[in-house]
Amino acid sequence: MKTASKPNSSTYDAIVIGGGHNGLVCAAYLAKAGKKVLAVEKRPVLGGAAVSEETVPGFTFSTFSYVVSLFRPQIIRQLDLVKHGLQIIPMETTYNPIPGDAGLVRWADGGRTRNEIARFSKKDASLYSEFGLSMGRLSRFTKNVIDTPAPEPASLNPKELFKLLKMGKLFKDFDADMRYLNVKLMTMSAVDFLEEWFESEPLLPSMAGSGIIGTFLGIRSPGTAYVLLHHYMGEIDGAFRAWGFSKGGTGQISLACARAAVSFGAEIITDAAVERVKIRNGRAVGVVLENGGEINARTVISGLDPNRTFLKLVGEDELPASFVGQIKRYKNRGSSGKVNLALSRVPNFEDGRPGLQHLKGDITIAPSIDYVERAYDEAKYGEFSRRPFLNIVIPSLSDPSVAPPGKHVLSAFVQYAPYNIREGAGKWPEKREAFGDAVIDTIEEYAPDIRDCIIDKQVLSPWDIEKMTGLTEGNIFQGELSLEQLAFLRPVAEWSRYRSPINGLWMCASGTHPGGGVMGAPGELAAKTMLKEGGV
Amino acid sequence: MNWKDWAGYYAVASYDTNHDQEYFAYRHAAGLMDATPLFKYEVKGPDSLNLLSRIMAKDIGKLRLGRVTYCCWCDDDGKILDDGTVARLGMDHFRVTAAEPFLHWFLQNARTLNVTIEDITAKFGILALQGPLSREILVHAAGGEVATLRFFRLIETRIDGRNVTITRTGYTGDLGYEIWCGNSDAIAVYDALIESGKNYQIMPAGLAALDVARIEAGFIMNGVDYFSANHCLIDSQKSTPYELGLGWSVNLERDCFIGQKALQAEKETGSSWQFVGLEYDWEAFEEIFARFDLPPQTHSGAWRTAVPVYGRSGKQVGQATSGAWSPTLKKNLALASLRNDDYSKGDALFIEVTAEYERKRCPVRVSDPMFFNPERKRGK
Ligand SMILES: Cc1cc2nc3c(=O)[nH]c(=O)nc-3n(C[C@H](O)[C@H](O)[C@H](O)COP(=O)(O)OP(=O)(O)OC[C@H]3O[C@@H](n4cnc5c(N)ncnc54)[C@H](O)[C@@H]3O)c2cc1C
Repeated sequence: MKTASKPNSSTYDAIVIGGGHNGLVCAAYLAKAGKKVLAVEKRPVLGGAAVSEETVPGFTFSTFSYVVSLFRPQIIRQLDLVKHGLQIIPMETTYNPIPGDAGLVRWADGGRTRNEIARFSKKDASLYSEFGLSMGRLSRFTKNVIDTPAPEPASLNPKELFKLLKMGKLFKDFDADMRYLNVKLMTMSAVDFLEEWFESEPLLPSMAGSGIIGTFLGIRSPGTAYVLLHHYMGEIDGAFRAWGFSKGGTGQISLACARAAVSFGAEIITDAAVERVKIRNGRAVGVVLENGGEINARTVISGLDPNRTFLKLVGEDELPASFVGQIKRYKNRGSSGKVNLALSRVPNFEDGRPGLQHLKGDITIAPSIDYVERAYDEAKYGEFSRRPFLNIVIPSLSDPSVAPPGKHVLSAFVQYAPYNIREGAGKWPEKREAFGDAVIDTIEEYAPDIRDCIIDKQVLSPWDIEKMTGLTEGNIFQGELSLEQLAFLRPVAEWSRYRSPINGLWMCASGTHPGGGVMGAPGELAAKTMLKEGGV
Repeated sequence: MNWKDWAGYYAVASYDTNHDQEYFAYRHAAGLMDATPLFKYEVKGPDSLNLLSRIMAKDIGKLRLGRVTYCCWCDDDGKILDDGTVARLGMDHFRVTAAEPFLHWFLQNARTLNVTIEDITAKFGILALQGPLSREILVHAAGGEVATLRFFRLIETRIDGRNVTITRTGYTGDLGYEIWCGNSDAIAVYDALIESGKNYQIMPAGLAALDVARIEAGFIMNGVDYFSANHCLIDSQKSTPYELGLGWSVNLERDCFIGQKALQAEKETGSSWQFVGLEYDWEAFEEIFARFDLPPQTHSGAWRTAVPVYGRSGKQVGQATSGAWSPTLKKNLALASLRNDDYSKGDALFIEVTAEYERKRCPVRVSDPMFFNPERKRGK
């Protein structure tokens, strides 16, 4: 997609700072409503953490985010994203390799999955589908939560109270079992929660692994159970289902949003970093670019995380001290890294299975609970994990467009890689190589020929993620998805409805309800709220 | 693996327990499907063109050498008998595909003509290679000539040293080819294609995935979306090409052909039915299931049990004959026949949906049945 780096006019109804997918969704909805909108992205490419880049010639990396499931179906319909190029290819398997042996593969087919799990535990095998059903029922409740702005419990507005009641009612409609389940999810650790169901490795730790993604917590830390639920909330094709790849890499989702925005009349510029929000008499009136340019707008909407928005682009002086304090306490602890590999062929996981079907979905390295907990231990003391939790995908097996014929792309999401390493975050460039080696060493234990397959690699520490995307501390969700910073507490109490203490300055990205992931919901809800409340 | 009957042969519905991966291969890489059970006829001799022009509603006289055309054929009353393709391999040499056996029909109409008609159904295999990467794979398998083969053209070439005829045709509405080879060569050709496709994520694919793809493409199916006039017990079960949206394939102004008079009359007075696409109103569809506290339930794959379509007043205006959730378009789709007397463009329509054993009506929007039509299908 071609974009200019200078705007066509000097004044807009709204300026969206940041061309991440949420900013683009927000811009598209506002433009669709007839507003004159400009989105301003600092990088030459659009998408933020949802971006595709041909980092190695011929190989398209989903540089950061690599799988999708939460992207809201109503956005696809309302913005006509299929017409603008969105294509999702579902992932049918989850694979937990075991060095030199047949690992565990969970397939789309329930019976086949049961047979696989039975090799490790007959009890787990018989419970597995029941577990899925319970989580599915719960996520139908949470679906209501993610598709509406967070209710404001402190408000006396009857409408807000009604919303809370409605949610309460939904909750009440659950039978007692489901209510207990929900409370457990909110309070327990992923492992404790799953141990009420399952007993076997690698099933349990690899399932629990989803609970730590993007958090600086271990699988035994309370609160991680909730993040599990996020992984059951996925909706592809209107049905609650597994995860999928965006054809052409995750960035194609952002580009589809961008094309939709442009089709509705929005303007997008790239290579244009915003230095600060222009504030006059306590009101946001536009932005100042790093290159000195100034653009005016009646409304300014930030698609950046709360930390960067308020502490860097607005400035503490413009804000109430209590708000500044809350934003400073908002947790952005970066804990994840990413390794992207260009491969000459598919590495051999020496599983003994014929074909490559079992490698088409995600491959989780979390062989035991202790393994994952040990990985966390190292991070607690400021080291990256020597043997990290890995979530690997080889998207080129499902979407050949991302690599030359016969060649492949491998993406490894890595935890833990603490932003604040012992030597200080600024020392990451010196540790990057060793970090990448630890990841490849880990993969090598499962796929011994991995090194022979590597044509080129990209190693991203949380420090790199921050540098490239602006995500504070490289936190992948623009702030952790922990209970104290979710729903009406995201990003901070009383400012969960996309507004900010600065008049005319709004928020629209993952740092707001319902949070991180490639789902577009914050962008959608922010735009709809603004339009409804006359914010733009 | 799921099997199904296709014209008396065991055919693969899906190689895996479900067809999803095969569908995505059709749309993102390439799927290789055995289409051999199609009925195939070879027509040769000086009167071949005469015969086919007389049988087909399309003017086969205009079909140039090296080309293929899609067409349908009718009975004397202009009621459709079947649809298929005609390929012209030589001045007096044609191959016809059909969904049903029509040897008797061809022979009967050839009585006074100097032609030979042979049923070559069991003599030739047809392998359908469909999907955006099918061209690369075929170039690898059959050489560079294929790269420039245009939409609905054919070439005769070799794969793995075996003679094959490749047509750029298919039933997925995507870039795709059909490869004709001698029956005894079919396995070798199949293996060669799979080998050539290895680097392109080729997948053996079955009929279940094809059924979803053909609905997205808006292709009608004999026995599902219409019935051959030969098999209908009552007149109202019969259809005409115009009623099925195949009017574009009827050439009226020419020497006489079977059904010409009736079709001419229909063209003048108008048809009783029209063939349309329907897109479900998704929010309303979700709502139907939400009333039972259920998530929306779409069929896994295509369905082909016809359901009624109603107008705003509640009167039935037609029937949806097949449909599918489109994983590519992210829409719930159906193909339908609507009665022109009861329906006019822009009317609000409703389709029957069953939720928890209860029959409900879901609003639908009428559209062109060709829901999916990518550039690459016809493009270079
Ligand atoms: C390594 C990694 C892996 C992930 N994996 C997954 C996954 O597999 N599935 C999933 O659902 N989610 C995943 N996530 C999370 C998901 O990608 C993010 O939550 C989501 O993409 C955030 O989108 P956003 O629009 O809210 O914000 P961002 O993507 O952060 O967008 C902010 C935009 O603002 C731009 N910007 C920053 N500063 C400025 C400035 N001063 N001026 C102008 N522009 C600026 C940035 O370049 C960026 O484009 C992952 C994230 C990371 C980092």
